[in-house]
Amino acid sequence: MNTLKPSKQNIKTYLPAGIFLIVFSFLDVIINSFFQINLVGFFPGIISYFFPLIIGFIGLYLIRVEFSGIRSLDILNKNINSNNFNAVLTLLTIFIIVKSISPLINWFFLEANFIGNSKEDCTGDGACWVFIKVWFRRLIYGMYPDPEQWRINIAFLSLFTLVGITFFAPAKIKKYFILFLIFVYPFIGIKLIGGGNFGLTYVETAAWGGLSLTFIISAFAIIFCFPIGVFLALGRRSDLPAIKYISIGFIELWRGVPLITVLFMASVMFPMFLPDGTFIDKLIRVLFAITMFEAAYMAEVVRGGLQALPKGQYEAARSLGMGYWRMNFLIILPQALKLVIPGIANTLLALVKDTPLIFVVGLMELAGMIRLAKTNPNWLGMAMEGYVFAGLVFWIICYAMSRYSQNLEKRLSTER
Amino acid sequence: MGKIIELKKVNKWFDKFQVLKDIDLDVAPQEKIVICGPSGSGKSTLIRCINRLEEHQEGNIIVDGTELAENTKNIEKIRAEVGMVFQQFNLFPHLSILENCTLAPIWVKKLPKKEAEDIAMKNLTRVQIDDQALKFPGQLSGGQQQRAAIARALCMEPKIMLFDEPTSALDPEMIKEVLDVMVDLAKGGMTMIVVTHEMGFAKEVADYMIFMDEGKIVERAKTKEFFENPKSDRTKLFLSQIL
Repeated sequence: MNTLKPSKQNIKTYLPAGIFLIVFSFLDVIINSFFQINLVGFFPGIISYFFPLIIGFIGLYLIRVEFSGIRSLDILNKNINSNNFNAVLTLLTIFIIVKSISPLINWFFLEANFIGNSKEDCTGDGACWVFIKVWFRRLIYGMYPDPEQWRINIAFLSLFTLVGITFFAPAKIKKYFILFLIFVYPFIGIKLIGGGNFGLTYVETAAWGGLSLTFIISAFAIIFCFPIGVFLALGRRSDLPAIKYISIGFIELWRGVPLITVLFMASVMFPMFLPDGTFIDKLIRVLFAITMFEAAYMAEVVRGGLQALPKGQYEAARSLGMGYWRMNFLIILPQALKLVIPGIANTLLALVKDTPLIFVVGLMELAGMIRLAKTNPNWLGMAMEGYVFAGLVFWIICYAMSRYSQNLEKRLSTER
Repeated sequence: MGKIIELKKVNKWFDKFQVLKDIDLDVAPQEKIVICGPSGSGKSTLIRCINRLEEHQEGNIIVDGTELAENTKNIEKIRAEVGMVFQQFNLFPHLSILENCTLAPIWVKKLPKKEAEDIAMKNLTRVQIDDQALKFPGQLSGGQQQRAAIARALCMEPKIMLFDEPTSALDPEMIKEVLDVMVDLAKGGMTMIVVTHEMGFAKEVADYMIFMDEGKIVERAKTKEFFENPKSDRTKLFLSQIL
């Protein structure tokens, strides 16, 4: 029995045999999955079904030579082929991936329809991308009137240009660009999109929608919730009881309520408390609600960072004659915020992904527009395409944010 | 001679536990005082009361003519005049050594950046780490960090320097480089209060020795007399154990 066990003595015969069996098992699965040809169809049903698994398993057994002296083989054995159980898991994982790639490619590309203008043009079994194509403008701009859409384009194009310039600006003037971007530009952008003066037609916020609304809401909420969250975090750790308990109350109130309820209150209940004749735009009420909601979460994330700092940092700052604000803004917050970048990114990603909830007040961003489009009588049954598209777009936005936060973390690191 | 620090009947409690009991202490300008005693005797608390990192409950503490109390408005001004060096260095890890040294002069004393940097480089040269100015604290050895911390305190051009066990967290071979800097500082005429167990340093620079135990000043004497002819039995016992 011992002579049959793979070892350095019989590696010359076992290794090629093992590799052959593994390659054959992969080939079988790949051909089966992409060309629907069963190489081993002559076997009875169940054996032919499990055939690749069995020969792959034997192959992996044959190449499991301890200390073979071949580096790549040793790494392979150690990581994915250390015993029979792991070998089976490895094979199953690879087979499942191979098996699922082909239907996905088919659905997304090979059997999908790209050309046409109506549902009837979608004849294939795959996705009907015509749906996205036809509705594209609506998905991006919502109900914003077609002839005015250049305003949204200009607003976002100039935003991206400004961000680009800021990124490459020399360090000396960089901070002015950043301040402009955060405190001035958002209002210019909103004026441009909203219109009303400067010869721009007024477009009511109820018509705003689609991906551009996702961006607008996310950007405003992020800009406002961050400083509010920081002040709430400081407030919760304050020595002054009034400030401390107001902060705690605020945080616990907003954190304890589901966002959907908050939005509902903001749009339905809130106007009832206003004196007659006063009117606050729905979008502003929604922005306020989301900002406060996320600020409460942000506050707790930041507080986590504040608590992680050693007491010595506070003492050193105070011993140098710094007061409360200088100590916090020069010493404590820069360190605390750096510590909690992953938590901040988490909260902001959640914020972006929470924006679809604004459907409860009748505003429709990207996911909302898709909900609307799929219920159009001419386009029934397009939910899959729509939500896959929305998912992809959200994933791209969130992944970009996530990468940026990782990049920021690395750039700010002062360890060695 | 005038007094720059004056403590009268200072009492302090942590909850029910009394850490300082009827402390009286006068320090004249340019005097160097070393405080020693067993751990938990209140030495650190005492010097932390002098720049009000800790608050005392009874008695008076007067620093450079200003009494420290609950309603002292310009406590930041006092702190800017009193430099402090900590056991754990407490450098700001997100700033370079140079920025550590210039931050407070720029923001608290409102010096122009150029001037603050000149002062910082002068003090970093004085503690012999001017070549490390652009590194971050995490990249320096313990001894270098503590010298940087001393330079940071000096950049505020304080009238008084407080040292809270500055060498206790250091590896033995780094203690000397820090003590050398402190000796140099003492010879330059700085008013210093040092909590330390380094008796060699105490003998070299201290004008007065203070021995504390259980929150009280047990003995206060001229350095020579303190080591050669201590009066209280508690002091004798302590000295016999650490010398």
